[in-house]
Amino acid sequence: MPHKEKTLNIGSSPHISSGLSVEQIMRNVVWAILPIVAFAIYAFGLTALLTIATAVLACVLTEHWFSKKTQHKSTISDWSVVITGLLYGLTLPPGIPLWMVFCGGVIGVAMGKVMFGGLGFNPFNPALVGRAFLQAAFPVSMTTWMPALSPDRFVSIPASVYTFPFATPNYDVVSGATPLAAMKFDSVMTDTSDLIMGLTSGSLGETSGIVILLGGFYLIFRKMMNWRIPAGIFVSVILLTGILHGIEPTLYPTPQFMLFSGGLMLGAMFMATDMVASPITSLGCFVYGAIIGILVVVIRIWGGIPEGVMYAILFANALSPHIDRIIRPVAYGTRSQRTSNGR
Amino acid sequence: MTWYRHGGFRHGAHPPDDKDDTNHLPIRRFPFAPVMIMPLLPRIGAPAIPTVREGEEVMRGQLIARADGFMSVPVHASATGTIKKIGLVPSINGEMVGGITIDVMPGSTQEVAEGDPCLLDSATPEEIVNAIQQAGIVGLGGAAFPTHVKLKKQDDRYVDTLIINGVECEPYLTTDHRVMLEQSDDIFLGIRYLLKATGAKRAIIGIEANKQDAADRLISVNPDKDRVSVEVLNVKYPQGAEKMLITALLGREVPSGGLPLDVHVVVVNVATTAEIGQLLPHGRGIQERVITITGPGIKKMGNYRIPIGTPLRFALDFVGMEENISEVFIGGPMMGQAVPNLDIPITKGTSGFVAFTENETGPAPKVYPCIHCGHCVDVCPMILNPSQLGLLAKNQQFENMVQEYNLMDCFECGACSYVCPSHIPLVQYFRMAKKEYRKIDAA
Repeated sequence: MPHKEKTLNIGSSPHISSGLSVEQIMRNVVWAILPIVAFAIYAFGLTALLTIATAVLACVLTEHWFSKKTQHKSTISDWSVVITGLLYGLTLPPGIPLWMVFCGGVIGVAMGKVMFGGLGFNPFNPALVGRAFLQAAFPVSMTTWMPALSPDRFVSIPASVYTFPFATPNYDVVSGATPLAAMKFDSVMTDTSDLIMGLTSGSLGETSGIVILLGGFYLIFRKMMNWRIPAGIFVSVILLTGILHGIEPTLYPTPQFMLFSGGLMLGAMFMATDMVASPITSLGCFVYGAIIGILVVVIRIWGGIPEGVMYAILFANALSPHIDRIIRPVAYGTRSQRTSNGR
Repeated sequence: MTWYRHGGFRHGAHPPDDKDDTNHLPIRRFPFAPVMIMPLLPRIGAPAIPTVREGEEVMRGQLIARADGFMSVPVHASATGTIKKIGLVPSINGEMVGGITIDVMPGSTQEVAEGDPCLLDSATPEEIVNAIQQAGIVGLGGAAFPTHVKLKKQDDRYVDTLIINGVECEPYLTTDHRVMLEQSDDIFLGIRYLLKATGAKRAIIGIEANKQDAADRLISVNPDKDRVSVEVLNVKYPQGAEKMLITALLGREVPSGGLPLDVHVVVVNVATTAEIGQLLPHGRGIQERVITITGPGIKKMGNYRIPIGTPLRFALDFVGMEENISEVFIGGPMMGQAVPNLDIPITKGTSGFVAFTENETGPAPKVYPCIHCGHCVDVCPMILNPSQLGLLAKNQQFENMVQEYNLMDCFECGACSYVCPSHIPLVQYFRMAKKEYRKIDAA
């Protein structure tokens, strides 16, 4: 009998698994982001394609190089760094010099992820770390905007894109103000339907609320994103702006403007939901989302800069371990020790 | 908080139940193996003391080892034959334990010895509890906890509800399902014994919705509708765990570190109940049980009434193994224990065994760091934080795990490891951490 010579496996229970894996989650997030990338390329043309490609390349190469150096095995196959690269690229303004894109990508992954131990250990969303670095280092390039849907977007590339490293970029295109800047500095409100469809200027991936929502709903449906985080953000933003708008409609924007302008949609659906840098309990996620929403409104309305999503999320990332420490699951049988007498 | 009272307990997972291979197959009798191996030690409690000598002839059902104190159960011969050896026998943990080996007499009629009957109408509650101990009955659902211990009356506690556990939430296993379909009379008689022993006023049989036919059968033949009810529950793992079932049926939460008795409940497995109903009127001891033998690695899958002590190798040879069999575990795939060798016997606590082939086991999946997805937190039926516990286990902070994160409440249901996308062996970590903590605590 052949089985007599066989060795049996011995493993710890459970002997079956749901089949869900980290790569699978990460791959699905990439699928959900791709329509946003496609829309960015449609709206901003070749510059979007170049910027996003450079961003992904910078992030992937950085992680590959560092993991080869430290662990002797590349970790890029888990797809998480591809997400970082795509998201980082989508937060950048069109026409930004590619060398800056590359620098930010390297810094974001190196200082935001690899330095802390790679996947699972990053306290901040690495894509936003890269963007925050650029915002601090190159404020002018990060706030020079091109209008969307310019007629020659598929044939010509703005000269600024090719700027030689460390040279000052030369912008030849007359920039279009983002809806948030227009609101803050000129008190001009952009039409909400334009915002939802993505027909405004802004960062590459943040303009079309509807495409972002679609990707987000896909991930929520596949249970690969905690819906409580965007829910917390939306609820707090709508409540806070609704109250302010109700008090003084001429001074404060409407909730729908707040929701669909700037990076709020992209941030709420894809940036704040970075599993590693957000709390683990359901209630914690909602609180975390609410904190982000409140900070966004506060920065946008009373802060010195028009957009606050990035800083709000980074700040909430820093808070999330503390949220986990305070909001803990109440173990079965510990709550009832006083009350339950079996009646 | 009352929102969880309406049918269910919080959290839980939904592994595929994979019961269709065997849930329609009637219970069949398993042949006698040439050798029976009877361990003396139940999983919990004190080992029984042998009352026979090597070379002595024993009859099937005869007492061969008596209980040593209250936390012990006697052992009965599962076949007529001669005592071959009293010494060490292999066990599932890989270590040798005390046991009795019987050489089965070929061609024997295998008639079962009868003892003093314990009759329902004349016996006192104490006599019933005593008879259950003398019958050697332990929980047949898998935990193998001596049944009489939880029935024992305690002065300051009363029992108002008896729960009969017919949930069988482990995938693959159909033992309880078949017992409910085929032994309903034994079950209801067992319930009457148990009601009398505990003093409970009512009994609830909890059954998951994937065994609707069993529930229908029990409802239709229920002779005591005033006291006994059948409740059908939504399918969710691990509903068969005592605490989860109590919460699902009654909305009561057993205190951390406590027993069902603390909320005035006693939970008994349905196959155990059937065995009580079958054995007590004849004064017999338990010497066989129903098990499910299933899994892709088995040729003749089915539900079998098998003598306790049958060596696993004999059972596997009888049902036939596929060429590429790679893992055999006792119990279901969620909580079952992989067998280290095939010389171990079927014990009272074996509700079945499942054989996987190389197709199911495959190469070990890559383990990633925890990505904080929170899936484990969302499924843990004890509302713990497995992610944080796993991290602490890795850092060997065992005391912190117990004191701050309720590690000891974990009953290793495996839901967290089942859903973990990083394939972190959380249950294994927790098992190890508990062991380490007990060492620290004892020191």
